[in-house]
Amino acid sequence: MKYGCTQKLKKSLKGIIIFLVILIDAYPIFWLFTSSLKSPSEFVVNPSYSMPEGVYLKNYAKAWSQGNMGVYFRNSLVYTVIALVFIVILSITVGFALTKMEWKGRSLTSAYFMLGLMIPVTTSLIPLVKIYRSIHIINTGTCLILTYIVSGLSMSIFLTTSYMRALPNDMFEASVIDGCSIFSMMRYIVIPVMKNCIVTVVVLQFFYKWNDLLFSMTFISDKDLKTLQTGLLYFEDQFGTKDWGAIFASVSISVFPLLIVYMFLNKKVIEGMTSGAVKG
Amino acid sequence: MKSVLRNKKAIALFVLPSFILYTIFVIVPIGCTCIYALYSGTPGLNWKFVGLANCRKLLMDPKVKMAFIFTMKYVGMILFGQVGLGLLLALMFRFWIKRFNNLVRTITFFPIVLPLIAVGQLFRKIFEIQPNYGLFNSILANIGLTEYVEAWLGRPQTALICLVVMGLWNSIGFYAVIIYGGLLDISNDIIEAAQIDGARPIQLFKSILFPLLRPIIITCVVFSFTGSIKVFESIVALTKGGPGEATVSLAKLMYDTAFEAGNYGYGSAISMVIFVVCILGAYVIRRFDSKEV
Repeated sequence: MKYGCTQKLKKSLKGIIIFLVILIDAYPIFWLFTSSLKSPSEFVVNPSYSMPEGVYLKNYAKAWSQGNMGVYFRNSLVYTVIALVFIVILSITVGFALTKMEWKGRSLTSAYFMLGLMIPVTTSLIPLVKIYRSIHIINTGTCLILTYIVSGLSMSIFLTTSYMRALPNDMFEASVIDGCSIFSMMRYIVIPVMKNCIVTVVVLQFFYKWNDLLFSMTFISDKDLKTLQTGLLYFEDQFGTKDWGAIFASVSISVFPLLIVYMFLNKKVIEGMTSGAVKG
Repeated sequence: MKSVLRNKKAIALFVLPSFILYTIFVIVPIGCTCIYALYSGTPGLNWKFVGLANCRKLLMDPKVKMAFIFTMKYVGMILFGQVGLGLLLALMFRFWIKRFNNLVRTITFFPIVLPLIAVGQLFRKIFEIQPNYGLFNSILANIGLTEYVEAWLGRPQTALICLVVMGLWNSIGFYAVIIYGGLLDISNDIIEAAQIDGARPIQLFKSILFPLLRPIIITCVVFSFTGSIKVFESIVALTKGGPGEATVSLAKLMYDTAFEAGNYGYGSAISMVIFVVCILGAYVIRRFDSKEV
């Protein structure tokens, strides 16, 4: 009898701990969204944890137009998507050449690309500014996209090479016998079989690029070229610390796309994480 | 037959663009930083060679010392939290949660995908005291702990704690999921055999799970270390280095020195410190790993 009692107690204790973990993880985000719907007076009158009384969408309108969030959002999207396209193309071609094609200096080149995994990006910031200034592309979208591409290369090549190494060579050899040229092989065999790997690369790099602050804040000073993250950072300076609703709305705007991407792809992301992409 | 896979033109086309971009914009800048560290001032303005003077200045500079100590404190706490709590969470996923396992993991992993700046703004509001109480203070006030209500970001010690709390909230799911992946690789038979032999949970962990998880834990330590040593974004987003200069990390100091104060040479010297600490730390962790095994 007593045994059953402690067992029950243990079980409910476990339940409480699990519940707390979920609460701690999810509640701040829930609070963010509910707070973004509050009217200015609610922040003053009601305590912070209370629910909104109505749906006050003016916060979003304000963040989008006055806070320039619309422009920042478009910039972030454009930079991220262009960089992603290049990263995927470059890392797949390099990955293929490094694992399935035969040439001298292959392993050396592979090691050379892996160097980038060790280097903190912060270290290359100052010289990059100087390089961009000397070729006159500082404060343009180009320099930011370029930086995004190169800073994602090592990691992506690491992922594509480890994925491709596991693929059997027979498949490619068979296609050669069937008279496939290297480019049609790329198009009809490599890209289709790499689909999962491409998704992993895209998702990881999307999160990195979308969340970048250091580069965009250093390279871009033009207000119309800024990204969402830099915009968020200066939002408070612009609107003052009083307008909580607008701040919450603008933070929510930057979070929504990630929420959506995550909802669709979380299985893939977590699978990729647990199945060894990062285990090294 | 294999000539297609030896096609030199194709290889060049596949590898060269990345190779050139990578060399110019990743490798060359690292070399440049080493060289810049020997200069002082802004290039084109008062750029002059000072040799190892920057190095001497680094050792004497109280700001660097403060930033270094702050960074180390932060790294220590984050490292302990990410790996320790991450491990606990992973164990929880594995042994406690039978139903809704996927859902719970999805929720705990979610914060990592949020932009740090957004998280920073959110936590600023959580810890806020002026003009109205933020989430944390308002909950404290409501449950009658009014005397604990305080300007959490306004004091050096609590500001550090706030940064660590935010960092952990943001990243813990990532570590939990990686370690959970490692736990899945340990077959049920081993665990059941140990349980049949009468191993208590703590024994099971100490003599079976931990040794088997060791490589993954080491990887996590390396990740955590290299990630937290260059802490910049979360500081910019949450405390802006304040109060005073209490939460200025090495990376923030590097940024301020180079881009706010315009001293690129000295900034480069500081970024070399980050670089060296990063490589050294990773080396020490790996060393520690191979010695014990």
